[in-house]
Amino acid sequence: MAEMSSPAAARTLALSGVRGRAASLAVTPAAPAERISLRARSEDVAALSAALGLELPTRPKTSAANNGRTAHWLGPDEWLVIGEGEKGSGLMAACVASGVLHSAVDVSHRNTAILVEGAGAAAAINAGCPLDLSLKAFPVGACTRTIFGKVEIVLLRTGEESFRVEVWRSFSDYAYALLAEGALDATF
Amino acid sequence: MLLIHCPYCEEDRSELEFRWAGEAHIARPDAIADITDEEFAEYFFLRNNEKGLTYERWRHIHGCGRFFNAARDTVSDRFLMTYKAGLPKRPVPGVSATEKTVETYEQTEGDAR
Repeated sequence: MAEMSSPAAARTLALSGVRGRAASLAVTPAAPAERISLRARSEDVAALSAALGLELPTRPKTSAANNGRTAHWLGPDEWLVIGEGEKGSGLMAACVASGVLHSAVDVSHRNTAILVEGAGAAAAINAGCPLDLSLKAFPVGACTRTIFGKVEIVLLRTGEESFRVEVWRSFSDYAYALLAEGALDATF
Repeated sequence: MLLIHCPYCEEDRSELEFRWAGEAHIARPDAIADITDEEFAEYFFLRNNEKGLTYERWRHIHGCGRFFNAARDTVSDRFLMTYKAGLPKRPVPGVSATEKTVETYEQTEGDAR
């Protein structure tokens, strides 16, 4: 058997660190949440904002949060609204109550989310994402749809060192594995 | 990595987020059922495939999802300009769109006989 304590051979076990939780950087699945994909014309944004209880963002790469609900700007007429801790279909009901023309699709079970929190979180995501994640280009509250390795994600910066990665559930194994790998590299 | 300016996201984003979507500014004939087969082929199949400055549609598919127009140099692969879909074709400052850059066999090799 090879000498394990030799300084020249720093051996890494094939499965070392697969917990996805490095000393300072945690990659954890998020709690279930209600999500809707919302499309609407600009003249109907105000009524939908009032019905949802938050201001739907109209600037690129911005989000708005209020009372556990977060609206992510995805495109000029497209938002992803997430209601954390909501049971049932509160977001859908709120949109119906707005009374204006819109398209809302419940995608609660299409997506799942991974939280990346701790020092080096941006570097871990940059393992598979080409975005500039400096605080200047991607400040707290910034969000966008982008690409992570081979899968599409919606990325939200929830803090200076914390991100929420929304990914389609069938891609979540891949996304989690790549994030955990990136986290290992980022904290090495 | 090639950066492409998305006119809807208003910033430069990685080429990985984009997809090419064919030549831009091709208007669908109004009375498409009445045109001849040749005219339909011209509209539907035939493209200029210009060397140099070309106008193309691109889609920010892994971003805002929007289609937009781009002026691109097919020789250098540089994006010269991007602008929102639906806007009229616009000239690129300092670049001639009418320059004959297509090399044919006759031009480069002379008389084939």
